[in-house]
Amino acid sequence: MGSNMAENHPVGFQWVMEAKNRGARILHVDPRFTRTSAMADTYVPLRPGTDIAFLGGLIHHILEGEHDFRDYVLPYTNASHIIDDEVQLPDDLDGVFSGYDPGSKTYDDRSWQYAGDAPDVHAAAGDRINDLVGDDGRDPARDPDAGTPPPGADPEGGEGSAAAFEGGSIGNVGDIERDETLQHPRCVYQLLKRHYASYTPAAVASICGISEQRFLSVAEALVHNSGRERTSAIVYSVGWTQHTTGAQNIRAASIVQLLLGNVGRPGGGILALRGHASIQGSTDVPTLYDLLPGYLPMPTGDKHQDLETYAQRTTAAKGFWSLTPTYLISLLKAWWGGHATPDNDFRFDHLPRITGDHSAYQTTLDMLDGKVHGYMLFGQNPVVGSANSRLHRMALAELDWLVVRDLTMIESATFWHDGPEIDAGELVTEDIGTEVFFLPAAAHVEKDGTFTNTQRLLQWHQAAVSPKHDARSDLWFAYHLGRRIRAKLDGSITYRTRDLPLHELTWDYPVEGPHEEPDAAAVLREINGWDAEGRPLSGFSELRDDGSTACGCWIYCGSYAQGVNQTFRRTAWTEMGPAAQEWGWAWPMDRRMLYNRASADPDGRPWSERKAYIWWDEQAGRWTGLDTPDFAPEMAPHHRPEADATGIAALGGDDPFLMQADGKGWLWAPSGVVDGPLPTHYEPHESPVQNPLHGSAQANPMRQIRPHEHNPDNPSPPDPEAATYPYAATSYRIAEHHTAGGMSRFQSRLSELAKEMFVEVHPEVAAERGLTHGGWATIVSSRTAIEARVMVTERMAPLVVDGRRRHQVGLPYHWGHGGIATGDPANDLFSVVLDPNVHIQEVKAATCDILPGRRPRDHRLRELVEAHRRDPVASRRAHLADAVTADGGSPQAGKARTR
Amino acid sequence: MTHSAHASDRLNHAGGPVPGTEGTRFGFFTDTSVCIGCKACEVACKEWNQVPERTDTGFTGDSMDNTGDLGADAWRHVAFIEQPRGHDAMPRAGLGPLVGGEARSAGNGRAGLEWFGQDPGLPPGAHGAEAIPQLPIFNGEPASPAEDGFRWLMSSDVCKHCSEAACLEVCPTGAIFYTEFDTVVVQDDVCNGCGYCVTACPYGVIERRSPGQPGGGGAFKCTLCYDRMKGNQQPACAQACPTDSIQFGPLEELRARADVRAEELIGAGVPGVQLYGHDQGDGVGGNGAFFLLLDEPEVYGLPPDPVTPTRNLGEIWRWVGVAAAGVVAAAGAAVLGGDR
Ligand code: SF4
Repeated sequence: MGSNMAENHPVGFQWVMEAKNRGARILHVDPRFTRTSAMADTYVPLRPGTDIAFLGGLIHHILEGEHDFRDYVLPYTNASHIIDDEVQLPDDLDGVFSGYDPGSKTYDDRSWQYAGDAPDVHAAAGDRINDLVGDDGRDPARDPDAGTPPPGADPEGGEGSAAAFEGGSIGNVGDIERDETLQHPRCVYQLLKRHYASYTPAAVASICGISEQRFLSVAEALVHNSGRERTSAIVYSVGWTQHTTGAQNIRAASIVQLLLGNVGRPGGGILALRGHASIQGSTDVPTLYDLLPGYLPMPTGDKHQDLETYAQRTTAAKGFWSLTPTYLISLLKAWWGGHATPDNDFRFDHLPRITGDHSAYQTTLDMLDGKVHGYMLFGQNPVVGSANSRLHRMALAELDWLVVRDLTMIESATFWHDGPEIDAGELVTEDIGTEVFFLPAAAHVEKDGTFTNTQRLLQWHQAAVSPKHDARSDLWFAYHLGRRIRAKLDGSITYRTRDLPLHELTWDYPVEGPHEEPDAAAVLREINGWDAEGRPLSGFSELRDDGSTACGCWIYCGSYAQGVNQTFRRTAWTEMGPAAQEWGWAWPMDRRMLYNRASADPDGRPWSERKAYIWWDEQAGRWTGLDTPDFAPEMAPHHRPEADATGIAALGGDDPFLMQADGKGWLWAPSGVVDGPLPTHYEPHESPVQNPLHGSAQANPMRQIRPHEHNPDNPSPPDPEAATYPYAATSYRIAEHHTAGGMSRFQSRLSELAKEMFVEVHPEVAAERGLTHGGWATIVSSRTAIEARVMVTERMAPLVVDGRRRHQVGLPYHWGHGGIATGDPANDLFSVVLDPNVHIQEVKAATCDILPGRRPRDHRLRELVEAHRRDPVASRRAHLADAVTADGGSPQAGKARTR
Repeated sequence: MTHSAHASDRLNHAGGPVPGTEGTRFGFFTDTSVCIGCKACEVACKEWNQVPERTDTGFTGDSMDNTGDLGADAWRHVAFIEQPRGHDAMPRAGLGPLVGGEARSAGNGRAGLEWFGQDPGLPPGAHGAEAIPQLPIFNGEPASPAEDGFRWLMSSDVCKHCSEAACLEVCPTGAIFYTEFDTVVVQDDVCNGCGYCVTACPYGVIERRSPGQPGGGGAFKCTLCYDRMKGNQQPACAQACPTDSIQFGPLEELRARADVRAEELIGAGVPGVQLYGHDQGDGVGGNGAFFLLLDEPEVYGLPPDPVTPTRNLGEIWRWVGVAAAGVVAAAGAAVLGGDR
């Protein structure tokens, strides 16, 4: 669901085809009939932005029929935990959970907590902006006044700061009130049942726009394929994340999989396919402003004065996060070496502090307000790839300087002289003060390094050819930039103050070749870390908080164990076991499947022979199997922790979810998710349909709106103006191009496969709007209007929502004004509105209108947008009249083919 | 592809022919039932063989196919066929087949407008969407796309490397020959650009390249990566194909495998399964590159009954006379012009 794997991950999709060949049944649920649907055994469409309704329907189906895998659910999830007596569900409160404050638009999650005298539990993932413990012992995550969560975002086709702060403490669950009979009205199981009671097949059918039978065909297939003998996996991509309910979409899938016993077991799981190569790597060793390597929170200006306050506020009493200072001190040692000593806080003060929201979208808005002077883009093309790309062009034009490092001269480097706003007279080249520096970058085949893929697998790649001309690797750029700045500042009057962190940095990687290319393996060795004697560490358990170990990223510790580049292992699949443990290296500690303790029953025996993976070896007194156990290796299945146990010892022998505060899989999230403990169907921020479940909560009340003159909203119901933009708009990628086009639109081999921007519509839309197959259409939102060639296709299935036929307009987003294959960027149409948990843009579901013919290129473009907003009916009439006389364009004949 | 490599003692671990296999007939089995339409084969072929960009195509509107057909500048071509659902209740607004035919108007909106009986200037929300008939989306409530009647077929087409290759038989210069692997290859430096092969090919595969391009004027087509085979490598398209839709190997092994695969699919109830170019008794003596299709060949743009025009030998010999004159003329032109 929410994934077009065949088109966007074709190499990975070979394994889906392999599974199909071996008898797996492939179900595809997605708004559009794609190349993935063509390969599926069952395809079910749904209206964009209704995934939670569909998944909620699955949860309803599982619970109503008692199809849950009870032997798994009872011991391994929090189904039996009883929730605070103040808790209320959206059905009681007209669309919101208890704890919602409409004034500040925030939740207090106190009433979501477990009942009993257990300490409040912290999430293993999710909301990690606030510290675990405040000065006054208050929990800031629960206190809206204790901190403003700054959003972080990876804008271009990105996935938000999907990173997790695994700040859980593994507590003794004895204190949590439980009802093993699952009858207590406030136990999680019963709350789930109540919350999803309204997600009946009829409701799902009506909201998603499909028939009950089609929904039930998926529900029944999943139920039948789960249990002791069988497992099902769910694959998603940015079709789930890029919504104002992005994180909750994935939460809903977790509930389905936990209920069916499909987590931590072979053939199960929830597989996130990332938007680009090594997106996982770029959160592990992050490019996000609010994280340090290994998901350590970046210190903030107000709360983390010194190492002690940072340690206090970020260290959990139990579990892996009880060692936060160890990880941080080892990181400081890796960065400042001998200069980092106990008496200077290991140079904690050398770390930058964050003072607010420094995410890409906020920074872009700040540019418009003249608050940002310089900007560097590394492999990012926001004027094509980010939501409301027009806003990004306007913003870049406000800078003093801009550095673009990319493979080709992308639009973000040229907008100042050839962007659409220049044509339209909104920007004038002479008036743009931005000085643009373009620096050519080396491609991945031209440099050594690792990719970290979605399963946390690091794979080393070697340079196959040298970069041409002036192109250099990012490592080269970063290393030599640092070196040169340091040289320039040598002897400066701020040497011992402002510049000291730079001068003391360990910045001494060996270089080779005529261009002095730094040795990428030396960087990986530093990330892996070493002890006081310089010996490579073999795992994070060897890290110390006394300054005797250095480690650039604690979760990657072990990737260079024994001084061998473990990420470069390449054993043939015929020569190793099914977990492929001699290919590359997976964090943490080369565990290929997380939570794999759950692949055995509470007694430590495989659930079935067929699904055996990790099991307890009674004789040897340890866990064993096909993978590295993701568990304390010698903790017996029936182990019960001492009341005062800490760290891993605080686990029970049947607590597979060892990063969670209670060791259980969370059907209900007592904390960590800012917009509710259970996923709830809200309409997208812009939707043609009124929320059928919660009238007064149309869209996610916690979504992040960014009001700005360049970021207006399309009206949605109950606003009667919603009819101005009556079609659902969804953006996506196609197999032929790569994201914002920097790697594909500038190459003839790929460009010729899809040269022009196109829009996909159903025949009924073509009929309603007078569109010509192969001709031109103008797609309009309140932001702007773009043009595209028309593809009329039945793949864009119409959906019957609440008894009415509803259509969607499909917008592939790869094109821009540069390169060989050119066209308008679909992202011009979308607004900046973000998910509150991971701050990702909603570009998979919005609204638009579509008109026949091309758009104006000059000042009349703004006039069209304004005129349509004021009087859409007149605008449509005018365009249709033009189209009828001018025939809307020059359709190019397809090659006739008999069918 | 690499993952479920079919064992053959005539292929090395990388899927290429092992030394000493000269004399074995090698070919392609393209199993279109697992083609995902990624076009990696098209790109890999162009990269390896340095096939120029096609300049004559833009947005064709022919589903996801912007390549069009095989030719001098497209040695692999992935066809995309959208087969509409069979629901009678769906208003078609006079559109007919939507994709693949000529670009056609939704009646300038008129057909559709009449059908809906409404003013298109009005948004559906504002003017009684009641006018839009409420119809079942799909007939039945089928459990699979196939049962919907809607299919999106994809198929990577290529030169068939015929047993009785018409192009070769009509070539007056001997530029086209059977290699030691029984594949059909054009020698660029011998071809005089007469173009007889172009008209002779029953599949419309071979084509003369436009002047101005590298080798312009000469005839080009798939070589089954002759150069790679000589270097014990499999053809570029087969190596790039992620799903094993394109399989390379000794032809007899491929044929046996295809029989099994077809049986499997038929047994699983997949409609329309048939092998194409597999029959050595057909009009071209069978193909060195054959296909498993999910519908009639015409649906994929393949001739149902290809015939090598050898039965018109007399006529061909007359043409050869003309061709010989052509060779002389071409040779003269080459001397005068310094190159072709
Ligand atoms: S034949 Fe293979 S490489 Fe070519 S489009 Fe089909 S799946 Fe992709």
